[in-house]
Amino acid sequence: MATEHSKSSARIMIAPAVFVLLVWMLVPLCMTLYFSFADYRPLRATFDAWIGFDNYVSFLTSSSFLSSVVTTLQMVAGILVITIGGGVMLALLLDQPMFGQGIVRILVIGPFFVMPTVSALVWKNMFFNVDNGLFSYLFKFFGAQPYDFLSQAPLLSIIVIVAWQWLPFATLILLTAVQSLSSEQIEAAEMDGASPLSRFWHIILPHLSRAITVVILIQTIFLLSIFAEIFVTTNGAFGTRTLTYLVYQRVLESQNIGLGSAGGIIAVILANIVAIFLMRIVGKNLDN
Amino acid sequence: MGRITLDKVQKKFGDVEVIPPLDLTVEDGEFVVFVGPSGCGKSTLLRLIAGLEDVTGGEIRIDGKPATDLPPAKRGLAMVFQSYALYPHMSVRKNIAFPMKMAGMDKAEQDRRIAKAAEALNLTDYLDRRPGQLSGGQRQRVAIGRAIVREPAAFLFDEPLSNLDAALRVGMRLEISELHKRLDTTMIYVTHDQVEAMTMADKIVVLRAGHIEQVGSPLELYHAPRNTFVAGFIGSPKMNLMGGEAAKRHDAATIGIRPEHLDVVDGGGTFIGKVGVSEHLGSDTFFHVHIPEMGEPMTVRAGGEVGLRHGDTIHLTPQADKIHRFDEKGLRIE
Ligand SMILES: Nc1ncnc2c1ncn2[C@@H]1O[C@H](COP(=O)(O)OP(=O)(O)OP(=O)(O)O)[C@@H](O)[C@H]1O
Ligand SMILES: [Mg+2]
Repeated sequence: MATEHSKSSARIMIAPAVFVLLVWMLVPLCMTLYFSFADYRPLRATFDAWIGFDNYVSFLTSSSFLSSVVTTLQMVAGILVITIGGGVMLALLLDQPMFGQGIVRILVIGPFFVMPTVSALVWKNMFFNVDNGLFSYLFKFFGAQPYDFLSQAPLLSIIVIVAWQWLPFATLILLTAVQSLSSEQIEAAEMDGASPLSRFWHIILPHLSRAITVVILIQTIFLLSIFAEIFVTTNGAFGTRTLTYLVYQRVLESQNIGLGSAGGIIAVILANIVAIFLMRIVGKNLDN
Repeated sequence: MGRITLDKVQKKFGDVEVIPPLDLTVEDGEFVVFVGPSGCGKSTLLRLIAGLEDVTGGEIRIDGKPATDLPPAKRGLAMVFQSYALYPHMSVRKNIAFPMKMAGMDKAEQDRRIAKAAEALNLTDYLDRRPGQLSGGQRQRVAIGRAIVREPAAFLFDEPLSNLDAALRVGMRLEISELHKRLDTTMIYVTHDQVEAMTMADKIVVLRAGHIEQVGSPLELYHAPRNTFVAGFIGSPKMNLMGGEAAKRHDAATIGIRPEHLDVVDGGGTFIGKVGVSEHLGSDTFFHVHIPEMGEPMTVRAGGEVGLRHGDTIHLTPQADKIHRFDEKGLRIE
């Protein structure tokens, strides 16, 4: 796209897509904005089109707001740590020549194809269930008391479920990065007397930093809106109510559309702040 | 110290024998060049010495001590790779310091050696740049800097100049030769460029399909190639090799005459042919001469100004004492 002519025709070509995307995004956003300034509770048949910032004030000052933000951050951070740590290790492992490499790689990618609801249900009933979950059997086998993951460590349980789903994504991106590392560099480090651990620390990890950056960016954006896993497992109880889930509760459980919409707008603003921060911090990494 | 001995060293990749058992001694302080056509196993041999590849059989000794099972870092050798293999996220200073840091050397000594190496290699102004911000020649010098600060027993170079342009290559060639004179450390240098081999080496090892064809000083190889392969490989332009009648007259299966040992005469020459392509280099002119009874054109070196044109008839006489004779197996006849 070098010439003026090709530039303008490119613009015309992408115009429809941009238009559809805008409508797709703008209409719901405008409606949410509209409702967020209204007192709209359909079950009580109240509709007051303008009540100013009341919804925002009551959403922000409620005690559940701050705790939900903290929960969200904890959840995202936990998942990122697991997926990146595990992803780096898996990528290094999968890069080794081994028997059945192709099949193993496909198997590793598997979890990514399972729908969030399904995977949460599988984890809940097959693994975490106190009475007949696999973990309970395992605990019993070693003579320990079965542990009720979902009520004893609900946040951790959800982190584990979601991390399991996102691990393949991280692994895949990191694997391509690992494969792009020139073998001469590793050999040079080997000749320079670097142990396997220092080769990892000084050569491989810096080489992966860009891919890790991309993984953090993409995952954070998706993870801020985790919903199905919470809905299926804990229903937001036991300190697993994230901001997204809080908005859902306000709208559907309390049937307060105005309050929920205000929450939604706040969530959008917060997500954007996080995104800008991330871009700032990690964008530097992408530059060079 | 850096005396490297290879004793029946052999390398197979699966069933393919890339290096058949081979003996070689590299003396301390020597500049040895491995030369040979592409795919003949030069890099593999170098990597065996470096320890980046395991030998299939045989033994490697460095300074008399067995090194066959030592990991690369323990052999006390430094390698400069074709792609330089610099660490892209580290500054030049950190790149050069890396081997010393890994060895746990103290900071002051590190700084002293970096300063010395940077000075010697003209890198002082670039120490804080990243490799990505350097030119090819500068990167090459950083790679060499990283090698010399370790004060290794021997340097290994794998086609270090092949990514550089012609002018820079000549410059770097001189720099490496000079470095060798100054450090007086053993160097093993791999190349497929016979000009590099001739100009730099104390000793050339000519390889073909993993076999050593001949070992000797550049002039030994030039004056007394042991077989037709070495004869054709060393020297630029190539030696003219011919069989048939011309060879029979000298009681040989093949004779070889270098382009510079053919005289252009006015008449009654041994060979009479037609001038084909001529390459004018100013100082020299190379003629490709088509001789009817011979398949391949002959190359002749003549002075800078020779009034011969394409299609002219030319008479050539070889200098009698400069004819190389080879038997049916291609081996030299003295
Ligand atoms: N890892 C490997 N597995 C199998 N075969 C290999 C491997 N490395 C090299 N070879 C083979 O060994 C032979 C020698 O390779 P090598 O790289 O030593 O050649 P070279 O002389 O350095 O050639 P060039 O001048 O092109 O660099 C080649 O035929 C190559 O195909
Ligand atoms: Mg090679």
